[in-house]
Amino acid sequence: MENENNRRNFLRKSLYAMILAFIPPSFISGEKSKKVVEWIIGENYNPYDHYWSMGIDINKCIGCGRCADACKTENDVPREPFFFRTWVERYRIYQDGDVQIDSPNGAVNGFEKGTESKNIERSFFVPKICNHCDNPPCVQVCPVGATFKSEDGVILVDKNYCIGCRYCIQACPYGARYLHPETRTADKCTFCYHRLVQGKLPACVETCPTQARIFGELKKKASPLERFRRMNKINVLKPALNTEPKVYYANLDMEVK
Amino acid sequence: MEEIVQHLAPLLREISGYIYPNEIELHWGLLVVIYPYLTGLVAGAFILASLVKVFNVKELQPTYRMALLTALAFLIIAPLPLLAHLGHPEKSYEIFLTPNKSSAMAMFGFVYAWYLMAVLLLEIWFDYRRDLILWSKSEKGIKKWLHKILSLFSSDVSEKAVKFDKKAVRIITIIGIPSAFLLHGYVGFIFGSVKANPFWSSVLMPIVFLFSAIVSGIALILTFYVVITPLRKKEIDMPCLDKLASYLFYVMIVDFSLEALDFIHRVYESEESIQILSELVSGKLFVSLVVIQILIGMLIPLAAIALVKILKWPAQLRIQIYFLASILVQVGIFSTRWNVVIGGQLFSKSFMGLTVYKMSFFGLEGLLVSLTIMILPIVILSLLFKLLPPWDENRNPDIVK
Amino acid sequence: MKNFLKEIPEQVTRIVFLLIVFIAAFLFIRSNLVPEDFGKTGHYRFSAIDEIISVDIKYAGQDVCNECHDDIVVVKDSSYHHNVTCEVCHGAAAIHADDPVEFTPTAPRERNICPQCHEYLPSRPTGFPQIISASHNPLKPCITCHNPHDPVPPETPKECSACHKEISSTKSISHHALIPCTKCHSVPEKHRLDPREYLPTKPGSREFCGQCHSEDADSEPGIPRIDLETHETKYVCWQCHYPHLPEAK
Repeated sequence: MENENNRRNFLRKSLYAMILAFIPPSFISGEKSKKVVEWIIGENYNPYDHYWSMGIDINKCIGCGRCADACKTENDVPREPFFFRTWVERYRIYQDGDVQIDSPNGAVNGFEKGTESKNIERSFFVPKICNHCDNPPCVQVCPVGATFKSEDGVILVDKNYCIGCRYCIQACPYGARYLHPETRTADKCTFCYHRLVQGKLPACVETCPTQARIFGELKKKASPLERFRRMNKINVLKPALNTEPKVYYANLDMEVK
Repeated sequence: MEEIVQHLAPLLREISGYIYPNEIELHWGLLVVIYPYLTGLVAGAFILASLVKVFNVKELQPTYRMALLTALAFLIIAPLPLLAHLGHPEKSYEIFLTPNKSSAMAMFGFVYAWYLMAVLLLEIWFDYRRDLILWSKSEKGIKKWLHKILSLFSSDVSEKAVKFDKKAVRIITIIGIPSAFLLHGYVGFIFGSVKANPFWSSVLMPIVFLFSAIVSGIALILTFYVVITPLRKKEIDMPCLDKLASYLFYVMIVDFSLEALDFIHRVYESEESIQILSELVSGKLFVSLVVIQILIGMLIPLAAIALVKILKWPAQLRIQIYFLASILVQVGIFSTRWNVVIGGQLFSKSFMGLTVYKMSFFGLEGLLVSLTIMILPIVILSLLFKLLPPWDENRNPDIVK
Repeated sequence: MKNFLKEIPEQVTRIVFLLIVFIAAFLFIRSNLVPEDFGKTGHYRFSAIDEIISVDIKYAGQDVCNECHDDIVVVKDSSYHHNVTCEVCHGAAAIHADDPVEFTPTAPRERNICPQCHEYLPSRPTGFPQIISASHNPLKPCITCHNPHDPVPPETPKECSACHKEISSTKSISHHALIPCTKCHSVPEKHRLDPREYLPTKPGSREFCGQCHSEDADSEPGIPRIDLETHETKYVCWQCHYPHLPEAK
């Protein structure tokens, strides 16, 4: 009888050892650091003091594509037409119900007029960018913790930790991610995080000539973004997927995908 | 970098409709097609083996050890295509070090490790242990030592110990069935849980994957059995082969029903994505889905096996038809994986356009590497057959009986 | 204890031994390979943020331009281009701000720069000033007539189409092509200078369209007519019909 008890204890202990081996270290060591509220990045930036998001007013976008061009410059995104952190789409809805969407080279060179064979019912431009979702499917699926939501609500990629499995690219409903052809890791909009920590606006917002892009704090009462949310009827892209995007659109059309 | 750009540039012209500009590069190629195909064979072969031990299907005894070794050979290779498709295979160990608890993919390492070590290797070891000891006693040279090391230097062949082995095998098999379900159902979940992709996102995905896995596993063992037995100059055991074909038939019926249910459900619910999906299925996927997967890989083999059963044809003809059917089934299941993985990426998440997939020949993600990965398990399996002969005549006679 | 160890089948001891070796190796490898700062603030590498913010800034930002070029900024800030930051036209200028002598930003003078925003595109919002560059003084650079820091037109536009290109081109192919804008809209003089503040009017009554389209109107015989008393009396005409492109052919 005693022998059997001993054996059971022994088995139990080895079982515990086995379970322990499968628990990630963050589970054991990570909890206490959540309390770090004083956290300074760069010179004088505490991520706990901010929560960033963007507003886009479709009615103000003129489709000049300066945002897409500035983004490529600011973030050293490859100039080839397959890699974009932000781009502008043109929607043309014809009277016969046909919908044409295009974004030649992501609108980095703007748009050409093109010849219309049919009558347009309505037409407009839609700037697209990573939505920095509050419920980000890309972060959910990253197997190693190489993409994450920072404390100020920005979704970032750790290119030195990314293994290039591209599950995040599959999981993003907005096509906002690409595989960087040189690093072979996932890459995406960071809201120009290196600019934010210095108190500057993202490059696309800085260069938008009509203020179609508004950037600011989501959780502060006085911010250009709060005014944008107060003054407009706003919508997000693909709300049914419950990704809780933090890029808000004013005057969004039903045809926008 | 330039290589990638050169590969992508001509694709721009082949896009129809509108796709998001980042979607031109199709990210999961042929290697990711092979990955669920191989794991499916593992799960299928194991479940077939477990029929013998758990459900006492005596007819299948001749294929038991072969099925186990086949599962092992394919399981060893299964992670290779995944590894090769990574942008940074050298960092893949991070999946074990810092797995993201919410990621379906992160758990693969652990499901795989569990299945390989807690189930497959353990079952094979317990099943072979007595034979390993007895073989090493009668052998000389390297083989003696190999068998000795493989038996972990155990030496107890007493009746009690052998009884313990048998009990262990049975328990492991019982744990192994849900584990095999987990292994492949989980692969289905990797795709089925991507809500951004309506072609993948389905609760049925893990179950469809599982049943197609069992289909492919049984078909594989049937093929191997029909090919290898004459090579060994032995008689094919007809009751065993008939039983294999019957199980193949039943599981195919279930698999087909599930796929039909998935199809009908989508058409009936007719959600936002239905238009682009029907464009995809009736266009770019027509040959690989309707012709190869459903007609050649499913309906024709089903009809052939049914005919054989009804008309009670002579043994030689039966063997030939079973063999052909199982080959067709293999092609069909490979096509199933292709349609899920590649098909699911051929349409834009804007639901407004279709893109193309161009396979390359050389390079890590090319056809050459893929073919090598497909052949490797067969090489490993032939080595395993040498090292651990699974045939009945190699079993050491039971002293007890 | 010794008895107990003997009782365990030798298979189990061997397997358990292997398992322990395996787990120990796994734990040892892991404790050495996981980056030290992983998991400090979440399931990611803490120092990744430092790496991300170490990228050089290319666009200096309006505030930096203001520091030296206040003379131009004052002019620009009270012009139509007050929202257009310097770097939209002059390009990324952080290196210029760091070393003003060595690096000078571009000053675009070619004719192809301004049309990036001001070329007529049907998709651009109505009211945004647009031209068709092929017919708009095709040989002159824009800056011969317009000062980009204060882009008032050399003369206040006489034609509505200078800004309302989309409407005017739609109207030009319609049955209403020959009707001038001012027939239906009365335009306050200040609308030309401050278009969003002073808006033109729209016809307020059914009788306005009725001047041509009612059954008893004194107009050309081919014009479609309706009975003002019975035809959809709830609405003003333009609530259903689009007067810039009336549907009747």
